[in-house]
Amino acid sequence: MEVVSSVRTPLVTSGKTVADVTEDICIRVEAAPPKTWMLAVLASLLLLGFGGFTLYYTIWDGIGMWGLNKTIGWAWDITNFVWWVGIGHAGTLISAILLLFRQKWRMSINRAAEAMTIFAVLCAAFFPLIHMGRLWVGFYWVLPLPNTFGSLWVNFNSPLLWDVFAISTYFTVSLVFWYLGLIPDFATIRDRAKNKVSKIIYGALSFGWTGGAKDWSRYETVSLILAGLATPLVLSVHTIVSFDFATSVIPGWHTTIFPPYFVAGAIFSGFAMVLTLMLITRKVYKLEDYITIGHIELMNIIILVTGSIVGIAYITEFFMAWYSGVPAEQYAFLNRMFGPYSWAYWTMMTCNVISPQLFWFKKIRTSLVATFILSIVVNIGMWFERFVIIVTSLHRDYIPSSWAKFSPTLYDIGDYVFTFGLFFTLFFLFAKFFPVINMAEVKSIIKAHTTTEKGEK
Amino acid sequence: MEKNKKLYWKGIEQLNKEPEFEKFLNKEFPEYLPINGGKEENSGSSRRDFLKLMGFSVAAASLAACEAPVRKAIPYLNKPVEVNPGIPNYYASTYVNGGDYCSVVVKTREGRPIKVDGNKLSKVSGGGTLPQVQASVLSLYDQERLPAPSIGGEKSTWEEIDNQIKTKLASISAKGGKIAIVSKTILSPTTLKVIEEFKENYPETDLVIYDPISSSGMLKANQLTFGQRLLPNYSFDKADVIVSFSADFLGTWINPVKFSSDFTKTRKLDDKKKTMSRLYAFESNLSLTGANADYRVAVRASKEGLLVSNLYNELLKKAGLTTIRTSSVEELPAIQKAANDLWKAKGKSLVVSGSNDENVQLIVNKINDLLGNYGKTLDITAPAKFRQGNEGEMDSFISQLSAGRVNGVIFLGCNPVYDHPKGAEIKAGLEKAELSVSTSDRKDETAALTGYIAPDHHYLESWNDAEPVAGSYSLTQPVISPLFNTRQAGESLLKWTGNDQTYYDYLMAIWRSGLYANQSDVLDFQTFWDKTLHDGVYTPPMGESTDETDVTSESTVDIQTAINNISKNYKAENSENELVLYEKIAVGDGTHANNPWLQEMPDPISKACWDNYLTVSQSWAEANGVKMVEAKSKLGVLTIDGQEIKVPILVQPGQAEGTFGLAVGYGRTSAGKVGNGIGINAYPFIQKNNNYYSLARFEGIQVVATDEIYEIAQTQTHHTFMGRAVIQEANLSEYQKDPAAGRESIHIATSEALARELGLEKGEVPPGALTLWKGHEYPNHHWAMAIDLNSCTGCGSCTIACQAENNVPVVGKQEVINRREMHWIRIDRYYSSDAPKDDRLGLEVPSSNPEVTFMPMLCQQCNNAPCETVCPVAATTHSTEGLNQMTYNRCIGTRYCANNCPYKVRRFNWFKYHDNKQFDTNLPMNNDLGKMVLNPDVTVRSRGVMEKCTFCVQRIQAGKLEAKKEGRRPTDDDINTACASACPTGGIVFGDLKDPNSEVAKLLKFKEEEKFQKVEEPRAYNVLEEINVKPNIWYFTKIRNKDEKLA
Repeated sequence: MEVVSSVRTPLVTSGKTVADVTEDICIRVEAAPPKTWMLAVLASLLLLGFGGFTLYYTIWDGIGMWGLNKTIGWAWDITNFVWWVGIGHAGTLISAILLLFRQKWRMSINRAAEAMTIFAVLCAAFFPLIHMGRLWVGFYWVLPLPNTFGSLWVNFNSPLLWDVFAISTYFTVSLVFWYLGLIPDFATIRDRAKNKVSKIIYGALSFGWTGGAKDWSRYETVSLILAGLATPLVLSVHTIVSFDFATSVIPGWHTTIFPPYFVAGAIFSGFAMVLTLMLITRKVYKLEDYITIGHIELMNIIILVTGSIVGIAYITEFFMAWYSGVPAEQYAFLNRMFGPYSWAYWTMMTCNVISPQLFWFKKIRTSLVATFILSIVVNIGMWFERFVIIVTSLHRDYIPSSWAKFSPTLYDIGDYVFTFGLFFTLFFLFAKFFPVINMAEVKSIIKAHTTTEKGEK
Repeated sequence: MEKNKKLYWKGIEQLNKEPEFEKFLNKEFPEYLPINGGKEENSGSSRRDFLKLMGFSVAAASLAACEAPVRKAIPYLNKPVEVNPGIPNYYASTYVNGGDYCSVVVKTREGRPIKVDGNKLSKVSGGGTLPQVQASVLSLYDQERLPAPSIGGEKSTWEEIDNQIKTKLASISAKGGKIAIVSKTILSPTTLKVIEEFKENYPETDLVIYDPISSSGMLKANQLTFGQRLLPNYSFDKADVIVSFSADFLGTWINPVKFSSDFTKTRKLDDKKKTMSRLYAFESNLSLTGANADYRVAVRASKEGLLVSNLYNELLKKAGLTTIRTSSVEELPAIQKAANDLWKAKGKSLVVSGSNDENVQLIVNKINDLLGNYGKTLDITAPAKFRQGNEGEMDSFISQLSAGRVNGVIFLGCNPVYDHPKGAEIKAGLEKAELSVSTSDRKDETAALTGYIAPDHHYLESWNDAEPVAGSYSLTQPVISPLFNTRQAGESLLKWTGNDQTYYDYLMAIWRSGLYANQSDVLDFQTFWDKTLHDGVYTPPMGESTDETDVTSESTVDIQTAINNISKNYKAENSENELVLYEKIAVGDGTHANNPWLQEMPDPISKACWDNYLTVSQSWAEANGVKMVEAKSKLGVLTIDGQEIKVPILVQPGQAEGTFGLAVGYGRTSAGKVGNGIGINAYPFIQKNNNYYSLARFEGIQVVATDEIYEIAQTQTHHTFMGRAVIQEANLSEYQKDPAAGRESIHIATSEALARELGLEKGEVPPGALTLWKGHEYPNHHWAMAIDLNSCTGCGSCTIACQAENNVPVVGKQEVINRREMHWIRIDRYYSSDAPKDDRLGLEVPSSNPEVTFMPMLCQQCNNAPCETVCPVAATTHSTEGLNQMTYNRCIGTRYCANNCPYKVRRFNWFKYHDNKQFDTNLPMNNDLGKMVLNPDVTVRSRGVMEKCTFCVQRIQAGKLEAKKEGRRPTDDDINTACASACPTGGIVFGDLKDPNSEVAKLLKFKEEEKFQKVEEPRAYNVLEEINVKPNIWYFTKIRNKDEKLA
C-alpha cells in the first residue's frame, strides 16, 4: 500500500476497506443478475436482432441496399467506423497514458473504459468489413498474405491498408492490456467461487495466478511495457484513420490538420462515451464510492480541453480554406456551412464546440444529470462531425454535374443499430461476468489508515 | 486339404534370408516410399511431393464434387470459312426505321451481331450514328419479338397464314373491295416494287404512307414550289449562317446524323480555319439544336409563322423588293439581326423550319430562294426521301376504315394505333375490316388488334435496299440467320401476291435489271453485287441528271395567300398556355420503346430518362411553387380537351414563357416488359390545325401543379458549372485574336525561392511543376484523347456505343433515381448562369434562356491517378501505355477510388445486375437471348466491384495484335474507341501520343520532351489541371460565334 498525503482527497470515499472493495465488486459477478440487467440485455438483443435482419440483406443483396450513389461512395458506413474508432480511444488513453502519468484516479474507471474500447473497436472494425462490395474475398485480400495470385501484393500506398494495420494492432494491444489487468481479479473471483463451474471457468481465465510477489512483479512490468506500446497507438490509430481523408484530393478531405484534429476528437468522444456508460454503471451497481464526482469532474475537464481543440481545428480549417486561395476548397467549406447539409454542420458545431464549453462552470461539470446529457450530446456531435466531413465533402466536389445528395435507407440505419446492439450486449455481458472495476489496482489506493476512519464520510 | 508346403519367394533376398530383407518383411510400406519426411538423401523433396499430391487429390475430389452445369457446346462439323472464334467479322448494312436511315457496319462475333457502327463510305449518313442506331442491335435480341406468325392471337404456321390471307385477299379483290397497305415512309425501292406488284394483283389497293412526326406540310410546300413532293437535300456544311425555326436538325429532324456531322464541320477551328458558322434557333422547347445555337430565342409556338414572315419581310427589304404585310413581333430585333447575317451570307446560308404548316414552309422556301441558297445549301435535284407521309391520304384511309369501306388492311411494320393522332379511330375502325394483317415484329398496339400477324425480320436478319436520297443506294444484308420463325415483310407481300420468289432473289433481280444494267464500270453482276454488298452503299455514276428544277421560274405559288393564312393562324400575342410536343433523341417516335439502352439514355437536354414529362419554364415553376431539388419534382395535371392527365413536371431553363413541352414516344402499352407503362402517350394530343397535324397547340391547355411529389430519373441534377474552369469558353472574335482565349490560367502559389529554382520570376508555378509524383515511363504507346467541345452536339451516341461495346448494365428507373446509373461515358450538360462569379447560390440558378455547353466526361486516364494510390488491394493500376487499368477480379469494392476520383467517373456495381430478376429490364444480361448481344471481349462485372472506362482496352489490344501480325506499329486506323467511332461529328479523337502521325498528337501539337509533355495547342486544356492528376484527355475550348460584347 502506498502512502498518500492525507491532505489529498481520497479517491475512494466512504472509507472503503480492502475487503469492501472485493465484496462490492465481486458481488456483481457472483449474485444473480438483477431484473434491470435482464431487461437491458433483452433490449440490446432486440437491437442486435433488428440490425441482424438489415445486415443480412446488406450482405445478401449488396451495398446497394444503402443510400449511397455514384457520387457519395461512403456515408454512414465510414461515418460509423470513424465514430466507433474514436470512441475506442478513451479506454487505452486512460489505462496507458494516464498510467504513464501516474494518474491514480484512472484506476477505478480503466477497466470499464478499456472494455468499452475493445467493444467499440470491434464495432468499428465491423464497418470497413461490411462496406466492402465483396466481403467474401475482401476480408483476407487486404492482409499482406502470401497468396496464390502470383506476386500480387497489397498496395502499401493505400491509407485503407494502413487502417487495417492500425486497427488490428490497436485492437490486439488493447485486448492484451485489458486481459492482463483482469487476471488478478479473475483469480480473486476464482478463489471466492463456491460453485464448481465458476471455479473452473474463472480458474482457466486467471491463468494460474497465485498472487505471489513474482506474479505481481511481472504483472507490473508487463503493464508498463504495454502502456508504453499502447501510448503511441492511441495517437496513431486516429491519425491513420484521418489519412483516409487527408491523403485524398477531395476538397474538405485534403487537409493536413486532420491527424491532430481527429485524435483530439477521438479522445473527446471517447471520454463522453465513458461518461455515459460509467454514470449508468455507477448508479446501477452503486459504485458511487469508487467513481466519485471527482472522477467525473476530471473527465469533464478532459472533454472541455479536447472539445476546445476540436473547435479550434474547425476554425483553422475554415481559415486555411480561405487562406489557401483554392476555389474548390473555399466552396467546400462555404457549402458545409450554408449548403444543403448545413443542418448537419450546425448540429456538429453546437454539439461539439458550444456544448463542452458549458463545462467551464463547476456546477455543470459536477452535475450528474448535466454530464450525462452533455456526454450524449457530444457523441451526437462527433457522429455529425464525421458525417459532415465525409458526406458534405463528397456530395459537391469538383465537377458540378455529379453533385448529388445522400439519404439513408432502412439498411443504413439498421446496420448502425446492429453495432449498438453488439456493443451493449457485449458491455452488459462484461458488466455481469467480469469485475467492472480493477479491484487489484483500486486496493492500492485505499488509504492505509482507512480502518481508523471507518464510518467517516 | 493338405497344407501346401510350396514356398514362393519374392526374390533371391528372401530365399537367402538376408537381414536387410527380413527387416522390412513385416512392414506395410517399404521404407523408401516418400512418407517419412525425406530422410533419405535422394528424396529431398518427397514430403513436399506428397503434400502436393495430397493437395491435388483433395482439390480434385472437391472439384469433382461440385456439379458442373452442362452447357451445350457443339463443335462445328464443317466450320464456316469466315467464322473464326475470337475474331470479329464486319459487314456493311443499312439501318432503316421508317424514314430514319443510317448506313452501318455491323460487327459480328461467332456469328452474332454485337455492335453497330457508322459506315464511313456513306455520303448520306456520313459515317456517324445516332443512339437509336447504336441500340438497334439490342432490339434484335428482344425476347418479346413474336417467335412465329399468329392468327387471331394463336400461334400458327406460314403456310396456314399465307393460305388464309391469300384466300381473304382474293375474296376481297373478287368483290372489288378495298385493300390498304399502311406504312411509315418506305426507303426501299424494292419494297415499293413489291407493293406495285401487289397492286397489280389486287388493283383496289392503296398504299398509305404516314410519318408519326409528319412532314407533310413541307412536302406539300415543295410540291407547290417545285412541282415535286420531295424534301430538299440539305448541305449544312456549306452554310455560314443557319436559321432554324424549331427544326431540331441536330437531334431528330429528318436526317440528324448527317446534319450533325455537316454542321460541326463548319464549327471546327484550327490554325488555318478561324471562322465558323453562326446558328440562330427560334424555338419553344430547348432542343439539341437550340442548345448548340449561338443565338437562341425562346418563342411561343404560336408566333412561329409570324417570325418566318417577318424574316422574309426583312430580307425583302434588303433585296429592295416590295415587302409583305405582316404583323410585327417583339422578337423583331433578333429577326433583323438574323436577316442581316443571312443577307451577308447569301448563297451560303440556310433557313429551315420544323413546322408542318405548308404556309410556313412556303415562305421558308421563298426565303431560301431569295437568299440564293438553292443549288448551294439545298439541293432539289437529288431530293431526299426520308419523309414521305401523306396526311391527306392517311386521313381519308382512316375515315374510310371508320366507315367500314376498307375491307383489307396490311400494316407494314407500323403502329398507327399508337403513333397516329387518330389512333383511337383506327382502333375502332379495324373491327370493320374483314382482313387485317400486321407485319410488326411484336404484338404492338396495332398488331394486337389485327387478325393476322406475319412478323417481319429485324433489319439485321433481312435483305433489303434503300434509296434515302435520290441516286444514293444502300443495301441491308443479314448478319445472322433469323432467330425466330419470322419472314421479311416484303417476302410476305410477294407470297400474298402469288410470287414465290424469295425476297433476296427478287431484290437481286431488281438490282440486276436496274442499277447493274445502268452502269458500265463493272462487267459481271456478281462482282457488282459483291462490291456493293461490301461497301454497303452504291452511287450510280453520274450519267443523266434529273431535270433541273428552277425555283425562281415557278410562279404558281401564291405567296400572299400563305402570308394571309399565317396572319390568321398565328398570333403575335397569346395569353393562353401552349403545348409543344417533341421527339426525344433516345426514344424517338416510340418504336424502340422496348430497348432498355434507349430508355436509360439520359436526354441530352433534360438529362432525364425512363419517362416523359411536361417541361415548364423557370418562371412558371416559380409562380406555381414547383421547385426541383435533386430531381424531386411535382406531379402536374395537364388539362387538354377537357381531359385531365397526370404528368410529372420538369423545370426546363430555356423553355419559352407560356409554353409546355411534352415528348411523344412514351405511354406504350404493348411494347414489351421494358417499354410498357412508361410515361404518357402524347400522340393523341397532336391536333389537326388548319389542315395539318401540328405538334403545337396554341390554346385550350391548362397545367396545374399538384402537391404530389414525383421523382424524375435524372442523371444530372446540378445544372450549372458554377463558374468553374471545368468549362472554358470564349467568343469567336476573342479566339481570332488569341487562340488561347477563354483558357483559365491556373497556377499554384509557392515560395519565391522555389520558384527561382524552377526558373520562374514570381512565386507562382504552373500546377505540376511541384509534384510528389515520379511520373510513369511509357516505352511504346501513350493513349490519349482530344475532345472538342465545339464539335460535341451532345447527342449521346457515344454513351450507347460505349454501353454496347463494354457490356454496361442497365439499372432501371429506380436505380437512376438513386443516382446509380452505370454509363462509363456521360455527357455533362451545363447551363450558363446570370449570376456573378462570386455569388455562390446565384450560380446554382440557370439563366432563363441559357447558353448550353456539352462536355463528354469519361475516365480521364490520369497519369497521376488519385484512384490508383488509394486502392488497398491494387485492383486499379497504371499500365505502361498510360492507361488506368481496372482489375475486376481483384476489386473488393471499398469504393475509395470512386470517392477519390475528382471527375466522378467510376461506377460501382451496387447490386448483381445480371441474372437477377430484380433487374429484369437489363435485357442484355438477364435472359439467354439478350445475352447474345454481350461483347465476349469484355467481362460482365459481378456485384460489388468498381468499373469505369478502359479506353476500350480490348480494342487497343486487338488493334495492337493486328499490327503486330503485320510487323508494324498500330495506327489510328487500327484502334479507335467505341465512343470516338460512334461520334457523328468527330468530336472525340483517340490515339497514340507516341505516334507523331496520329491525329490526336497532331491536334494537340504534342511534343515529348524529357520528363515533360507539352501540348502546344492553345485551345486544349485538362479539366481540373490544378490538382495535378495529369489527365490523358484534353478538351478544346468551347467557342461561340456571337457578336463582340460592347464594353
